[in-house]
Amino acid sequence: MKARWFGRSRALRALAACCVLALVACGSEEGGSGGGPSVEPIKIGHFASLTGDTATFGQSADRGLRMAIEEINANGGVLGRPLEVLSEDDRSITEEARTAAQKLLQRDEVVALIGEVASSRSLAAGPEAQRAGVPMISPGSTNPRVTEIGDYVFRACFIDPFQGAVMARFAAEELKVRKAAILFDFKQDYSVGLADFFRQTFRELGGEIVAEERYTSGDIEFRAQLTTLRAANPEVIFVPGYYTEIGLIAKQARELGITAPMLGGDGWDSEKTLEIGGDAVEGFYFSTHYAADSNSPKVQEFVKRYQKKYGSTPDAMAALGYDTGGLLVDALMRAGTTEGEPLRDAIAATRDYPGVTGSITIDEQRNARKDAVVLKIEGGRFRFYRTVPAS
Amino acid sequence: MEQFFQQLLNGIAWGGIYALIALGYTMVYGVLKLINFAHGEIYMVGAMVGYYAAHALGYADAPSLVGLLLVLVAAMSCCALLGASIERIAYRPLRQASRLASLITAIGVSLLLQNGGQLVFGADPKFFPPLLESVEVLRVGSIAVSNIQLTVIGTALALMLGLELIVMRTRFGRAMRAVSYDAPAAALMGVNVDRIIGGTFMLGSALAAAAGILVGLSNPKIDPLMGLLPGLKAFVAAVLGGIGSIPGAMVGGLLLGVVETLVSAYLSSTYRDAIAFVVLIAILLFRPRGLFGTAQVDKV
Repeated sequence: MKARWFGRSRALRALAACCVLALVACGSEEGGSGGGPSVEPIKIGHFASLTGDTATFGQSADRGLRMAIEEINANGGVLGRPLEVLSEDDRSITEEARTAAQKLLQRDEVVALIGEVASSRSLAAGPEAQRAGVPMISPGSTNPRVTEIGDYVFRACFIDPFQGAVMARFAAEELKVRKAAILFDFKQDYSVGLADFFRQTFRELGGEIVAEERYTSGDIEFRAQLTTLRAANPEVIFVPGYYTEIGLIAKQARELGITAPMLGGDGWDSEKTLEIGGDAVEGFYFSTHYAADSNSPKVQEFVKRYQKKYGSTPDAMAALGYDTGGLLVDALMRAGTTEGEPLRDAIAATRDYPGVTGSITIDEQRNARKDAVVLKIEGGRFRFYRTVPAS
Repeated sequence: MEQFFQQLLNGIAWGGIYALIALGYTMVYGVLKLINFAHGEIYMVGAMVGYYAAHALGYADAPSLVGLLLVLVAAMSCCALLGASIERIAYRPLRQASRLASLITAIGVSLLLQNGGQLVFGADPKFFPPLLESVEVLRVGSIAVSNIQLTVIGTALALMLGLELIVMRTRFGRAMRAVSYDAPAAALMGVNVDRIIGGTFMLGSALAAAAGILVGLSNPKIDPLMGLLPGLKAFVAAVLGGIGSIPGAMVGGLLLGVVETLVSAYLSSTYRDAIAFVVLIAILLFRPRGLFGTAQVDKV
């Protein structure tokens, strides 16, 4: 109830701000060149995979972020200045992420960096932000090493020890299976890390990892690995990869007669999983940051506005992009300046920021402590299955 | 043991795709002594044409064998034209220049198609429409054979057989072999060398396009850079079989597919991409003429 009132009053305020802005704009136009000094916008850099293998991650995060910034600008901006998002594409390539971050830092002199979703790319770009003394917030990188880069690197999501444990626990306690297999992408830090944490927790819970196979990002042929996994007869297969591969893996597994369901992490959270996988991904489960069909009024309000603006249902990366924008603005307001150091301290001091993906509190390791949700693929769409609270 | 046969089947289906691409390399090398590095990109364009054709013809959501055939024909004809145009525009003006110049031009064409492809088709991966509903047609013990794998292997074999017939049984094939054996002498005997070379490019490109469609069918993710690695590996397959030899390219392709699959299955998939190049180095060290590359007369 409280959240709803908050949302409504904010919308009203936004409306009022728009009216005021419009009046001011008219006034200054009439006044001609005699108006007040023009205000420089505050520049925020977003490096993201706008094209390439994980394009939906970058595109969704960018849409969410831009929506957040537009809403704030409609409210009059921050510190009396409007905000501007500069997006730089890294084409889903690890090395390019570093170059993109450098461009934003050096050429555009942004006050803060937002990015990346993929952990390998956040790890590549993070040291640049640290060296420049510009805070960086990753919307969706879950590998723990990302924020270990330094005290300027933050994230708005949970980390893989938690996510891996959630899925291991889910397999052992909810699906009640004892034999699991793992198929992971050994070129992605995200996938390797998540596989490690799943393996560890699943064994602690008395389960057995009967087979493990690996693939490389960009692979399209998985039949060799799947045939080996099939021989070990697992009851469930954990595939902590990205959405492009899971669809292909599911299809080829189905062809080989593998009926064990697959489990995954937030890397599956894209409409593309359904598009590529079709019937083959039915009955699979994955952990992620939020569920678009959750009945929380805050989420529903966000989904409605996003759909109105972009015509599609926001996935987890869109929600995280939105929250990351809001989180940064919240810190800017508290810092009262765009200087790197005070801004860093303000981000680090974030407590209970009310995001769409849950309440965000930044801990000492600069990670957000948040709940995870498990989604089930059913009837050709993602369905909310259950929430797993942050421990 | 059953698992081994399943892996073998996986490898043969995968190798059939390499074999189809390798044939184009070997035929062009046969008539021109040119390694056409743009060949992998023709395979990519084939898959892309298939993607758009399937959507345009309305088969994207309605799997049917007729649709698959139509898409296959569309992609093969478009790529045949593309191959002939590349030869006419990029290679023919350099026919008398040094072989290095042609080789560098081939790399240039390859880069042009890769980057042009990103411009025209967009850099994002596309998902090839399922033109065949995946069905398990045969099951022996735990060995599952899907109709997709059968289609891939069947189409590859049929096309190779067709090629063998064209090369050995037709006037065009005889002229092609003559040009390969001795182009100036063939010209003196009244063979239109330019036409034969153009025709060879068309044939090779059509086969690469077919490989693109088959890959779309069995591994439905396509993007403008997808031709790079399979192109290089098919080149290795052609060298393995003996570059210039048609049966060599077929066997080399199938062998490489099987080796790659077995390495992923029994060693580690980490080495999957590396193994092709280990094979290349080994073959160059120990048997540079390849498995089938013997006397000149055998060459195409």
